[in-house]
Amino acid sequence: MEVTQTWYLVLSAVLFTIGTIGLLTRRNPLVMFMCIELMLNAVNISFVSFSKALNDIAGQTAVFFVLVVAAAEVVVGLSIVVALLRRRPTATADDLVQLKG
Amino acid sequence: MVEAAWLIPAFPLAGFLFLMAFGRRLGEPVAGWVATAAVGGSFLSTVTVFLGLLAEEPDDRFFIQTIFTWVPSGSFRVDLGFLVDPLSITMCLFITGVGTLIHLYSVGYMHGDANFSKFFIYLNLFAFSMLMLVLGDNLLITFLGWEGVGACSYLLISFWFTSKENASAGKKAFVTNRVGDFGFMLGTFVVFGAIGSIRYADILTSEFSSGIATAAVLLFLVAATGKSAQIPLFVWLPDAMAGPTPVSALIHAATMVTSGVYLLVRLNPILAQADPWSTAAIAWVGALTALVAALAAVVQTDIKKVLAYSTVSQLGYLFLAIGVGGYVPAIFHMVTHAFFKALLFLGSGSVIHGLHDEQDMRRMGGLTKFMPITAGTFIVGWLAIAGVPPFAGFWSKDEILLYAWNESPVLWAIGLVTAILTAFYMTRQVVLTFFGRTRFFDPHQEEIDAAFSQAIVGAEAGVAEAQEALAKAEQDMAKADDDVAKKQLALASATESLTEAKANVAASSPDADGHAKLVKALDKADKALPKAVSALEKSQAKLAEATQAHAEAIESIDLARDDVRTAAASVASAPRAPQHVTALTPAVDVSDFADQLPDSYAHRQEYHPHESPWTMTAPLVALAGLAAAGGLLNLPFTKDLHFLANWLEPTLFGNEVHVTAGASTKIVLALIATACAIGAIAVSLGVYLKGKADPAAIERPELALAVDYDRALAAVMGGPGNETFERASWFDRTYVDGAVNGVALVTSRLGRYSQSFQTGFVRSYAFGIVAGSAAVVLWFLSRLVLS
Amino acid sequence: MDVAVFIVSAIIVIGGAIGVVVNPNPVRAALSLVASFFGVAVLFVLQEAHFLALVQVVVYAGAIVVLFLFVIMLLGVDKVEDIQTEPLVNQRPAAFVGGAFMLLLILGGLFLSGSDDGQGAVAITGQPEMTQALDAPGIKVGSATSTDPSNFQEPDSNIVSLARDLFTRNLFAFEITALLLTIATVGAVVLVRNDGAEDLVVDEPGTANR
Repeated sequence: MEVTQTWYLVLSAVLFTIGTIGLLTRRNPLVMFMCIELMLNAVNISFVSFSKALNDIAGQTAVFFVLVVAAAEVVVGLSIVVALLRRRPTATADDLVQLKG
Repeated sequence: MVEAAWLIPAFPLAGFLFLMAFGRRLGEPVAGWVATAAVGGSFLSTVTVFLGLLAEEPDDRFFIQTIFTWVPSGSFRVDLGFLVDPLSITMCLFITGVGTLIHLYSVGYMHGDANFSKFFIYLNLFAFSMLMLVLGDNLLITFLGWEGVGACSYLLISFWFTSKENASAGKKAFVTNRVGDFGFMLGTFVVFGAIGSIRYADILTSEFSSGIATAAVLLFLVAATGKSAQIPLFVWLPDAMAGPTPVSALIHAATMVTSGVYLLVRLNPILAQADPWSTAAIAWVGALTALVAALAAVVQTDIKKVLAYSTVSQLGYLFLAIGVGGYVPAIFHMVTHAFFKALLFLGSGSVIHGLHDEQDMRRMGGLTKFMPITAGTFIVGWLAIAGVPPFAGFWSKDEILLYAWNESPVLWAIGLVTAILTAFYMTRQVVLTFFGRTRFFDPHQEEIDAAFSQAIVGAEAGVAEAQEALAKAEQDMAKADDDVAKKQLALASATESLTEAKANVAASSPDADGHAKLVKALDKADKALPKAVSALEKSQAKLAEATQAHAEAIESIDLARDDVRTAAASVASAPRAPQHVTALTPAVDVSDFADQLPDSYAHRQEYHPHESPWTMTAPLVALAGLAAAGGLLNLPFTKDLHFLANWLEPTLFGNEVHVTAGASTKIVLALIATACAIGAIAVSLGVYLKGKADPAAIERPELALAVDYDRALAAVMGGPGNETFERASWFDRTYVDGAVNGVALVTSRLGRYSQSFQTGFVRSYAFGIVAGSAAVVLWFLSRLVLS
Repeated sequence: MDVAVFIVSAIIVIGGAIGVVVNPNPVRAALSLVASFFGVAVLFVLQEAHFLALVQVVVYAGAIVVLFLFVIMLLGVDKVEDIQTEPLVNQRPAAFVGGAFMLLLILGGLFLSGSDDGQGAVAITGQPEMTQALDAPGIKVGSATSTDPSNFQEPDSNIVSLARDLFTRNLFAFEITALLLTIATVGAVVLVRNDGAEDLVVDEPGTANR
């Protein structure tokens, strides 16, 4: 038996789904961020697998950029969480409903 | 050197931008000097370009300098480009030349104005717009300048916007010009529709069908009547005198009003291809305007209004010249007119400045001794405009009359009558302003009225006093009356008691006990009676006295009322400041009521009319020189002396009409014109300087047709016109705004309903994203399955 | 061998991910995340993406998770979250249905395309010319200059070719990421800077110390 690209893609899809469900069900903003990281990783797996399958380094370059953007996003996102939770230590994502129409 | 063309408008633009940024900080007078330097730099660049053009062969004097492509739109392309040829450079030369002098003059004239630097910002912007108008290499750039000068004239006319008249004069100029602008736009569309380009380079070389050319000419004529103040759109120009005088000079002499003339001359190939009746229309519009405005100028009393109507009239001359195909005379007269009209306007500004903002010529006179330079230069301007050889106006006006004769003797006759009127009213203005008695110190009508109304007030006070006295006398009389009645009663009772006492004495026996007592009482009553009688007499005398006083009081009231009547009568017969004056008109005798005149009169007596500072007189002298020698530009004697004609020749494409008249006819026409001008001056001098005729007989209100037209127009626009506008505005509010508001209402309703979808929960939104991406994947999948 | 490594690391990845989602305690969730990230790194190695595997461990498992833990500890919010209850009606079933639907769709697409020859993307996007366009100027994974399989095996070939791609075709994007990181840093400083006393808002007074 050989590890084919399909295996990676299935794994990627499962991981992405788990991340999605986590994002939708958890209320702690930090954990929600972690779920987003999971989804990004799922995508990274498929990028690398395509890179290998197509023999094109561009897929790995994309992963590199995803990494950088994820780092930037985490920095800003966590800053927002810090600024938020500093004022309201018990806040969950559901408490922030100022946008309610 | 021709490449310096872009510098010509760049200088005023730079000045404008610089003063926008720093003008307020620089303040007076630096801001003025900067502005003057900007226009002066523009003038120097123009001279450079001019010399560059001179160095070229006459037929090569046509350059287009493209700065950038402004409107690249498919096959339609508009460049921001400058067209440099003899015509545009001629215009630039006198715009910047005269403009520089006017800027210099303004430094002195606007001295002490709170918005000193703002004024120069506007002036520079105006110069820039005008240069864009003239230099633009296509109709759109010209239109840009066209609108620019319109906007600037609005800003400048209502420069002292705190007064309602000034503000509305600016509005009037703007709105009237808009009507003309409409013609410009439609004309541009027609030209574009016909040849697909609006560049002059294309227009001047294209063939037009005569119908298209006629339509274009008529539309551009409408445009030109707006900007150049011709019938029927001339009404804004006399009102535009509300602006500061340098503005009047800049706008109404040198620049803005000549733009219509420039446009028509520039488009001479279209004029040449149009039906002859359209050019005849131009000539007739010009001739009638010249005549009507000259008639109106005769009856004006405001020094600037005379010049305003004079300008309208002279512009009519220019249109007449264009209409009969005399483009060179038109430009020639435009240049000379720029010289002498700027001179006259600036001179009148100097007078106004020296006389503490007095503009009524009836209150001037004899200013030669107070302001010799102004007077001397003004006289040069007068001779120039009146057409006295060898001053500039003679040569150019004579050319126009010659071309008019060439076309039709009727037009020539109208032109000649206008020339006579021009000489007449200008002489009138000069005499009233500078010669004769100095009427500046004379009491004004309002001051006399104020003094006499004081007399009436005094007499009325006398009546009130007499009435008070009468009331008092009546009171006294009533009191005395009472007193008399009382005294009479007392007398009656005294008489009664005497009678009773007598009866008592008679009834009682003398030996009775009480007899002695009764006799005593009788005695007493006997004595009291004469006392009562004398008291009665006294009070009766008092009554008589009071009655007398009453009668007197009544009489004095009558007298006081008479006084009032006399005073009122004397107001009616009060000395009137004369409506129509000559140099000989005597001052109103105020010695009888000198002490009752208001303070403004006394203040004026202490004021000394003075000559203006050098910044104002220097431009006057320069312009006077130009006005005197301007004829040298195009002397008619030999072909070589036709400098201007030879210079402009390449821009006219041989469309200039050839004058068929022989030399003898020309000489005769010139002699007639000169004789008429001198005759008109003589008549005017006779009337106004020598008092040989009553000016009231000449200054008939019927002459002011132009003013009546203005008034009628205002009445129509204010009445039925206004109603129409109200209707349109109602339609706009109800339907157009209604539609807009309806859309807004629907949107806000929809917004309110869709508001409930916004829960504010981040996770709900996240689910939306998930569902959306699932939908996208589903879409791809469906394509995969279906393919 | 490969199969064994794949299965083990896939179990670690999935297990870590489930751990993140179901662990009520955020600290534990973060640690599960580290496990998942390590699994992914192993998978990268398995596919010869050595550089990315390194970066995955250093940046993700190292820096980012440490940052998470740091924030959790800094704010003292390592309280157990009540994941038995769900305040949003239908959110949980919707999440599961949506997630499952998505999974099904992706897998469906994957297997419907029915190929494992690297042309799966063609089938999914339905636009072969797109992948061809991508393929044409691409830099091969093994080497920038040749597709020679012997080159493919060189230890640093992956890094070299990645660098070549990054600093030639994607140079501009690379520079932009530098700007992005700078902006993110500045943004973080601005957001977190605590100037002046801010009011401490406690949502429910009675449950502040829950």
